[in-house]
Amino acid sequence: MTARNLYRKGLNNLMLTLTGVCALLTVSVLFAILGYLIYNGGKSLDLNFFTKLPLSPGERGGGMANAIVGSAEIVGLAAIFGIPVGFFTGVYLAEWGGRTFSFLVRYMCDLLNGVPSIVIGIFVWVMVVRPMKTYSAVAGGIALSLMLIPIVAKSTEQFLSDVPSALREGALALGATKWRAIATVVVPAARKGIMTGMILGIARIAGESAPLLFTSLNNQFWASGLKEPTASLPLMIYFRALSPYHDWHRQAWAAGLVLLSMVLIANIAARLILSRGGSPNRG
Amino acid sequence: MASSATAQPGFTNSGIRKLSHRLRGGDEIAWLITLLFAASVLIVTALLIAELWYGSTAARDKFGFGFLTSKLWNPVTDEFGAAPFLYGTVVTSVVALLISVPVGLGAAIFLSELATGKWSDAITFVVELLAAVPSVIFGMLAVFTLIPMMREWIGPALKSVLGFLPIFQGPVYGVGYLTASLVLSVMTFPYIISVSREALMSVPREQREAALALGATKWESTWQIVVPFARLGIMGSIFLAFARALGETMAVTMVIGNDPSIHTSLFASGHSIAAVIASSFAEASGPIYPSALILLALVLFFLTLIINGVARLLILFTSEKGART
Amino acid sequence: MKRLILAGAMLTLAMAGVASAAQTINAAGATFPAVIYQKWFEEYKAKTGVQINYQPNGSSAGVKNLTEGTVDFGASDVPMTDAQIGAVKVKPLHFPTVLGAVVITYNVPGIATDLKLSGPTIADIYLGAITKWNDPKIAADNAGVKLPATDILVVRRADGSGTSGIYTDYLSKVSPTWKSKVGAGNSVSWPVGLGANGNAGVAGLVKQTPGAIGYVELVYAAQNNMAVADVKNANGKFVKPTFESLTAAAAAMTKEMPDDFRVSIANGPGDKTYPISSFTWLLIPSQIPDATKKKAITDFLTWMLADGQKEAQGLQYAPLPASVVAKEKKQIALIK
Repeated sequence: MTARNLYRKGLNNLMLTLTGVCALLTVSVLFAILGYLIYNGGKSLDLNFFTKLPLSPGERGGGMANAIVGSAEIVGLAAIFGIPVGFFTGVYLAEWGGRTFSFLVRYMCDLLNGVPSIVIGIFVWVMVVRPMKTYSAVAGGIALSLMLIPIVAKSTEQFLSDVPSALREGALALGATKWRAIATVVVPAARKGIMTGMILGIARIAGESAPLLFTSLNNQFWASGLKEPTASLPLMIYFRALSPYHDWHRQAWAAGLVLLSMVLIANIAARLILSRGGSPNRG
Repeated sequence: MASSATAQPGFTNSGIRKLSHRLRGGDEIAWLITLLFAASVLIVTALLIAELWYGSTAARDKFGFGFLTSKLWNPVTDEFGAAPFLYGTVVTSVVALLISVPVGLGAAIFLSELATGKWSDAITFVVELLAAVPSVIFGMLAVFTLIPMMREWIGPALKSVLGFLPIFQGPVYGVGYLTASLVLSVMTFPYIISVSREALMSVPREQREAALALGATKWESTWQIVVPFARLGIMGSIFLAFARALGETMAVTMVIGNDPSIHTSLFASGHSIAAVIASSFAEASGPIYPSALILLALVLFFLTLIINGVARLLILFTSEKGART
Repeated sequence: MKRLILAGAMLTLAMAGVASAAQTINAAGATFPAVIYQKWFEEYKAKTGVQINYQPNGSSAGVKNLTEGTVDFGASDVPMTDAQIGAVKVKPLHFPTVLGAVVITYNVPGIATDLKLSGPTIADIYLGAITKWNDPKIAADNAGVKLPATDILVVRRADGSGTSGIYTDYLSKVSPTWKSKVGAGNSVSWPVGLGANGNAGVAGLVKQTPGAIGYVELVYAAQNNMAVADVKNANGKFVKPTFESLTAAAAAMTKEMPDDFRVSIANGPGDKTYPISSFTWLLIPSQIPDATKKKAITDFLTWMLADGQKEAQGLQYAPLPASVVAKEKKQIALIK
């Protein structure tokens, strides 16, 4: 074998190994993140974390019960606002939709998706918090719903479009009106994908903190209503991690573990649903 | 069939009758409802842009385009300029990409060319999970682990080897541009890998086989034939990742040092647009200060808009190209 | 699946309903007194059931929130200016709560005793004129201490801060260069240094970065066992920030307490005075239309002036002098 060919072969082996190393590197980052969180978070998780309210700086034994419930409230509100809007928008784009109007809606959805989350926070502060004269879980929910809508709309449209037209035409041929066909045949056929999109969207917004900075603020106590400032897990992590108190660092780790577990479980579950069910026309 | 004597422009009796006739059928109601929801998305997005434009009027009037180049940031004298934040935002994102593009592309090549189907899918799945990790968790990990690492061995190592370069001079405190870039690079991995892998996988088999038939090694076939063929999609993934990095708030503000000035050294602390909005918006008051922050938000919005737009176009061209050949 | 979603929605609404039993009052502002405020509000809730949710997002944010009406009352370490008061629809009343000390905390491994720093030296560090710990100006005040040649990392506030306001006010009084180059304020154009959010953020950053220096309220440094400098006061003595030196600072100035309670006591006279001391204020609207909220707030103020003051010493703050307390009680009656 000539020298040149030896060189080419050597280069080949080197570069291909390097690509393997790159893949290994990226995978190990995720495992490193998980590892740190499980180790440090696991050490710090205790019953107090889930049941007690946060205590003033320097006092030990506090928890994040209100943040856990607060996050659930805010994300719940975001889902109530965002899922219907996203879903029906997706239905419109897939089933009806004039050319220019659809193009505009899709473009605006993409735009909304690409808006940095802090900018959404500013928008909701101006439109909701300032007029309402209070920070609130509602404002936080609205901010998060603005991030949820494009995700749900896009995935709903995509999975509805994937449903083969044979199904639609079959339903219409049997005498169903268009909306009945959509509601009873097309949407159920695409339901796994649509649900996946919703779950992934919710998992994504559950971890967001920037939009909550100016909308739901925070609360040391239980929020006495949805129109009051509300604690949330991501913001608690932010505040606690940057403080000097060791006890608060422990709580940040614990909160990080809880938040990441919920997000990862939702993601894994969603993808499992999708890969098992699958759309009818996918190989 | 009463016809009104004075028909209002565009809104005739027969027009209303037609609409209500159409609404009687369930289909039309369904159409109307979904249309209204879709329109609401349009309206909300338009409102957002309008609010950004309107809210930044005071600052725009006062500073004009000079805002983009001014280095001053003085809330006391109401003098504001975007330069330090633009600098920090762009520098951290670019350095992040300098790290994540080679590594991400390498991983994407591995996953599309070398790994078998099941392994490829499984590893890609794990990598995509990285995209689901909330940014505040990246920030927290960086504060507790990356900052000490940077201060204790990454910084000193870089300084001793590459200290002659101005970007690696000066004291290393742990927070700064480089730390923020490292965090951003990890956050952008999944975007580069996922989209590039798709682009690479959509290159037709014939291309690879032709190269191999002509005697190329697998690496040569990949690097000289497949990758260039998929370059539009790969570039699209880079722009996508770039847009993501530009808008990142929490992870950056926790490690960049929040210093509104421009420094050459990567070890120095700086600021980014999203980070300054996050720390200052809650308290900005007066006629100019909040407006200046909203103007910054507008600048960031336009930046991400353009980059995202380019990304989508590139990815669109790839799929069309793949479908054509 | 549908049932699960329905159940989840009902649970969320139920929780929202259950939690709405207590009355909540929302407040926001300074991080300087946040440690004692949060303790007070916890205790007050345990005693009376009234929840006062206090968010420490900085004095400037406290003033802004009060002006926008998004909170029921605010808190600031620096009194509002006339212009700021004019911008609020309902005129706010200033209620001093405690006295606190802005301390110079630092992280220099290897030094056993507390460093002595004079006003001009501190100003030079924050101006960027002094960059290493073993600078001759620092050594001059600290004879016999072996200072390392490490770089000084200056840490200051990234957010609009009353603590910064007190600190820069002090620096302006002791350094003409600082006064002309930078001036005083909650947010200034800092010549050097990196920014952290909140007193807690500054303490956190200084604590974990060797070579760092920062300014925080005393309790944040004390609770975290961080080194604190002795500062030279107007009479030329190096004074440790303690309960006694804080009280001395207050005593020196209370003869001149104005009727609206807006006063600065930085760099005051007295041998035992700690120079970077300050009152901190609650900003209460002079008219509160909601009768239950008004009663809750006025009751809290009365409690704060009596039982609340007892907590101060334990958390390294100084309670208000008796004359100030008496004057404030009269101001409570002004809330309509």
